Amino acid sequence: MNLRRDVFQAIADPTRRAILTLVATQSMTAGAIAANFDTARPTVSKHLAILTECELLAQEQNGREIYYHLNLQKMKEIADFIEPFRKMWDDRFNKLEAIMKQHKSKK
Amino acid sequence: MEQKTKVHAEDGKQDLKITREFDLPLELLFKAYVEPEIIEQWMGTKVLKLESRKHGSYQVETSDGKGNIAFRANGVIHELIPNQKITRTFEMEQTPFGVQLEVYEFEQLTDDTSKLTMHVIYETVAQRDQVLKLPFSFGINMAHNRLEEVLSKIK
Repeated sequence: MNLRRDVFQAIADPTRRAILTLVATQSMTAGAIAANFDTARPTVSKHLAILTECELLAQEQNGREIYYHLNLQKMKEIADFIEPFRKMWDDRFNKLEAIMKQHKSKK
Repeated sequence: MEQKTKVHAEDGKQDLKITREFDLPLELLFKAYVEPEIIEQWMGTKVLKLESRKHGSYQVETSDGKGNIAFRANGVIHELIPNQKITRTFEMEQTPFGVQLEVYEFEQLTDDTSKLTMHVIYETVAQRDQVLKLPFSFGINMAHNRLEEVLSKIK
């Protein structure tokens, strides 16, 4: 496993995105997170490790348990960095699609 | 919800991939890339020149609301296989962004849907990151609305 995980790769995975959604409203233990998935516990642990390494998740010790919560600041950084670029292309492609649909119906 | 347009840009690399699935037959999608009048409509640029063929070249120009020329870009088409692939260079004139190599792959998904994969390779990592940040500097769209939307979905 690469030590230096790429943050965009991290959020490209659907399970990891689901984990981020889960912990968005509340801090959860690894066990509680894993209970939401059919995948094996070690697989979920690996996803958690990757998300933590990218600082998308933050850990918090509470008694004997470790709780995970969403690092909103980091989420914001990603959205800030790449989202306008993605949106720009999305807008262009939407336009392309609309224009070509008209083009088709004209024929 | 799955986003229709995806941008994959790994940290520390000098390329990026943009993918998009269209509710359009493959031929119509490809047409939108080779016919100047159509490009003008969806890109919002004026096409000064476009030779849609192997070793052809192109030049486009964008004006601001007042008719001043905002930027010009040009490039050379290295390869053009109808309904499959376009390989071309792209350069924004009088900017420090250098020349980028663009590989467009067009795929049929069903009779009515198609997919575009755009692979863009920059001269350096720094140039790629500059281009990624461009929409900010041009103020093309307000990231904040979209971001709030994204974050509110998470919350």
